[in-house]
Amino acid sequence: MTPAVSFKQVSRHFGSVRAVDAVDLDIGAGEFFAMLGPSGSGKTTCLRLIAGFEQPTSGRIEIFGERAEGVPPYRRNVNTVFQDYALFPHLNVLDNVAYGLMVKGIGKAERHREAETALELVKLPGYGARRPSQLSGGQRQRVALARALVNRPKVLLLDEPLGALDLKLRENMQEELKSLQKSLGITFVFVTHDQGEALSMANRIAVFDHGRIMQVGSPEDIYQRPNSRFVADFVGSSNVLPPDFVARHGGARRWASLRPEAVRIVDGEAGASGARGLEATVVSHSYLGGTTRLGLDVEGQRINALLPAGQPLPAEGQPVRVGFAPSDLHLMEEGG
Amino acid sequence: MRSDRSSAPVSLKIAAAAGLLFLHLPILLIFVYAFTTEEKSYQWPPPGFTTQWLAVTWNRPDVWQALGLSVQVAAISTVTALVLGTLCAAAISGSKFFGREAISLLVILPIALPGIITGIALRSAFSLAEIPFSMWTIILGHATFCVVVVYNNAVARFRRVSGSLVEASMDLGANGFQTFRYCILPNIGTALVAGGMLAFALSFDEVIVTTFTAGQQQTLPIWMLEELVRPRQRPVTNVVAMVVVLVTLLPILAAYYLTRDGDQIAGSGK
Repeated sequence: MTPAVSFKQVSRHFGSVRAVDAVDLDIGAGEFFAMLGPSGSGKTTCLRLIAGFEQPTSGRIEIFGERAEGVPPYRRNVNTVFQDYALFPHLNVLDNVAYGLMVKGIGKAERHREAETALELVKLPGYGARRPSQLSGGQRQRVALARALVNRPKVLLLDEPLGALDLKLRENMQEELKSLQKSLGITFVFVTHDQGEALSMANRIAVFDHGRIMQVGSPEDIYQRPNSRFVADFVGSSNVLPPDFVARHGGARRWASLRPEAVRIVDGEAGASGARGLEATVVSHSYLGGTTRLGLDVEGQRINALLPAGQPLPAEGQPVRVGFAPSDLHLMEEGG
Repeated sequence: MRSDRSSAPVSLKIAAAAGLLFLHLPILLIFVYAFTTEEKSYQWPPPGFTTQWLAVTWNRPDVWQALGLSVQVAAISTVTALVLGTLCAAAISGSKFFGREAISLLVILPIALPGIITGIALRSAFSLAEIPFSMWTIILGHATFCVVVVYNNAVARFRRVSGSLVEASMDLGANGFQTFRYCILPNIGTALVAGGMLAFALSFDEVIVTTFTAGQQQTLPIWMLEELVRPRQRPVTNVVAMVVVLVTLLPILAAYYLTRDGDQIAGSGK
């Protein structure tokens, strides 16, 4: 099957800055794809390359098998939901949504009907007569979404779509976007720096750093089997363990990652009976609601442990024994 | 311990009123003299009042010629300024490039320069290039400051139209022309109308640059200046002055109200 978006050795350099550097990437049709990375990692430039706001310095981009280099944004069947929504302040909501149909020359009655349908899709029926300035942030986001979807794009691009919303709205929107994507079957590509957002929404994630893709995979792959220290550290603040430490505790002489929730506190008796017990000191406590994060000092190595609520918590400075299953120690490709 | 801050002392109120009168009474005088019966000199109080000068002015072909030239010059300079000023503002506000600030300064400079400098510079440039003086040289002279007026108005508005609006328009399938027509123009329209009206008014009453860039042609202000020197049917000048006041004041007032409303609309946006 033709991929929805295909990058072949795509680079975008701004002077000496390599915003995107020799990226190879295939995004399948119908995927909910996340580009994850810290700011300045090239993920937004990649999105703008797909939208057509940037042209690659070298390499090839194909959208559903068609060459995209040199094709201006208005001739691509791709629509964008902008980070600041970019609603037209001089138009009301209905005309904002109908804008794409209007420039295509579709008659007023028909385009208004379709715009109204799109507004229903994003649960804003009857908001057409309002001005964008009269809407809340969450409502503007929905209008921006409707304005993009009304054009029936083959690929929908979302630039930090939930960045400006508060936590509760963000959680609602995450679920809505997911179900919307499922029911429409359109390829969604979204950019985010929030690993939780990427993990919960996407089918597949590409982790970016310094203009390169560090790893592409399913959320489980990325979270449980990071291939590099960067991915392990960026996606979910994993414990990154140096080769010496790993060698001492049952792995090969390689860098390894250990998820904080895989670390358990074992009391002395249980620890003696088989489970791998390590001497540790509690350095810090962070109460996170559903869980508590403990900072532990194990043989001079700082290790974080995530304990579910309800478990008795050792006090700060108290010596404890900690354990983890050797299978939880994920060895990474990087050698010592 | 001031209990009432809004009330100023009576003396200050009188001073303020006197200041305003000082500014505007002379203009009223011009209107009064347009209807005087005395035609050789400005005599106060006017010996009598008549409306005959309106008819006399109407029948003077030199007035019509000067008025026609002034309207043409102002209209063409304004249109030129609208096109160039908007393009320039779009370039300056829409992109970042080396020397951007310098170019912005160079564009504004003609309005900061004394008109006499602009005039002399243009005159010597025209004679150096052997361009004969005509209506077009006047227009060139006027366009130098008209562009600035339009540019200043447009650039302030362009700054408020975020770059992502243009990208959004392109993203939704609008080509360059459609983006300008449906996305940029509605957002900068009132600023352009205001800038254009100001430019028109400035051009319409310009004297200094015109004296250096005109040949035998007389724009209305130049014609008035000449009339003052040779006293013949003096009130005709006042009738024309009245017309000039109306023709330039109305657009400036309109421009003022347009930009004010525009600011309110834009201000309520966020």
